[in-house]
Amino acid sequence: MHNLTIKQMSEKLQAGEITSVQLTQHYLDRISKYDSELNAYVTVTPELAISMAEEADKRIAAGNAELLTGIPIAHKDIFCTDGVKTSCSSKMLDNFIAPYDAHVVTQLKKVGMPILGKTNMDEFAMGSSSESSYYGPTKNPWDHKAVPGGSSGGAAAVIAACLAPMATGTDTGGSIRQPASFCGITGIKPTYGSVSRFGIVAYASSFDQAGPMTRSAEDSAWMLTAMAGFDERDSTSLQRDAVDYSAELTNSLKGLKVGVPAEYFGEGLDPDVETLVRAAIAEIEKQGAEIVEVHLPNKDLAVPSYYVLAPAEASSNLSRYDGVRFGHRCDNPKNLQDLYERSRSEGFGAEVKRRIMVGAYALSTGFYDAYYLKAQKLRRMVRDDFTNAFEHCDVIMGPVAPTPAFNIGEKTDDPTSMYLADLYTIPVNLAGLPGISVPAGFVNQRPVGLHIVGPYFSEAKLLNIAHQYQQVTDWHTKTPAQYQ
Amino acid sequence: MSLGKTEVENISRLAAIAVEKHEVDEVAAKLSNILDLFSQMEAANTDGVEPMAHPLDQVQRLRPDVVTATNQREKLQTVAPSTDNGLYLVPQVIE
Repeated sequence: MHNLTIKQMSEKLQAGEITSVQLTQHYLDRISKYDSELNAYVTVTPELAISMAEEADKRIAAGNAELLTGIPIAHKDIFCTDGVKTSCSSKMLDNFIAPYDAHVVTQLKKVGMPILGKTNMDEFAMGSSSESSYYGPTKNPWDHKAVPGGSSGGAAAVIAACLAPMATGTDTGGSIRQPASFCGITGIKPTYGSVSRFGIVAYASSFDQAGPMTRSAEDSAWMLTAMAGFDERDSTSLQRDAVDYSAELTNSLKGLKVGVPAEYFGEGLDPDVETLVRAAIAEIEKQGAEIVEVHLPNKDLAVPSYYVLAPAEASSNLSRYDGVRFGHRCDNPKNLQDLYERSRSEGFGAEVKRRIMVGAYALSTGFYDAYYLKAQKLRRMVRDDFTNAFEHCDVIMGPVAPTPAFNIGEKTDDPTSMYLADLYTIPVNLAGLPGISVPAGFVNQRPVGLHIVGPYFSEAKLLNIAHQYQQVTDWHTKTPAQYQ
Repeated sequence: MSLGKTEVENISRLAAIAVEKHEVDEVAAKLSNILDLFSQMEAANTDGVEPMAHPLDQVQRLRPDVVTATNQREKLQTVAPSTDNGLYLVPQVIE
């Protein structure tokens, strides 16, 4: 059952050949069988899943089902789920039962998608390997020695290992696209403001954006259509009419202008990754696209700029964890200051503490102009690079990450080397643009993704290109041998 | 840029995160590495560039001043470490 496409699952559900309860139980059984070795789920919710599946079956029987009704889903543990633990993979929130649903969760509940559980991630979404989780690292289903990427590593792993047919992720500096690349799945980060941030545990609010993580671009198009839309509870939610992101899937790529930035194929890019990415671009050229060279001259300024701005926002956002209203509280505090300082010191892991401290420092008296203000100016320069490039092309293509998945433990002692691995994804978040990772092959049995970035609100176009590429390639259909 | 013990103590206070004595050297070293990364920004010429706070240069949306959320104190306090009579309890602040 888990080898069916979402479209096939949906057709079988509507035709009464399978029920949502059967489909959901099938995935719960696979989770019981395989998740102990992958550690991709923080929480599994079998009772909730089955009761939601029963409701979905009633709705299908009544004839008022939507395309995704009855298809089970896994939510990243950063999305608040009413009555279910929402830990953000942190000791700080290990005891936190969310008292309400995130907007995205509400939207997908409305559609009738049973919740299988909550997926593992880097603590508070701060990381690129899912190793900073309080619950231990998630393993890459393609190679248990490798990381699944991060921060949405659990979500990418459950899709790759067929422990859920669809999953939600969030992307602040690459956290959907990089794990999608490392696990050989499709993941799209929409334009900033397209999907409501309400009920998503905040990391860096001017970057955070949720999106779908699925097998194919077609699946992502349907899921994004259900997730996106205006929400008055998110002050940065964009007031736009509802969009059908699947509307352009079957369009021809004839005449598409693909910009290839020279700066994305320079020093540091693994030559085998480069070969695969160039081959994928050539495949799209074969379908009638035209390749043009473009330039993103300020690319190297994106990483330092992001690592000022995101931690600065984090230091403010995470000040809410004070041991008073919710989350971890230390034992026997001497006084209020001791309560704050020890609760936070005990509740946060090393990387989260580092980012809060760096952020607090960057915002402190005497350093604001040199760090925060400078970084905000660079953010505009990075955005303007893309604006200029899009005068010459419709989309930009390149690698998602400079290498395939690295080994567990390989970069944990050197945080800055981990930061630099996000050099292709971060500029897209700084600019707030949409970007997608599409499976494009393997290097030493580890997957590699093709990165496609478009102008604001070009999600349907990105999904169209990815879908057309997936009509002539089968990388997105591959499953690791032991999970077939 | 290299941070010393005094700076780490100051940052610990700003961030309200306790740093144990035996952790100071490691924290200082790793924070210093990150600040080295920041120093790459210095060489960039940003004269005349406006700082950018929002990718789409949007401004804050306004809404009518009407009641929306209703009181959910009991539900929200179920996740609190310590409450009494609807109040959050903390160590004594006033002697």
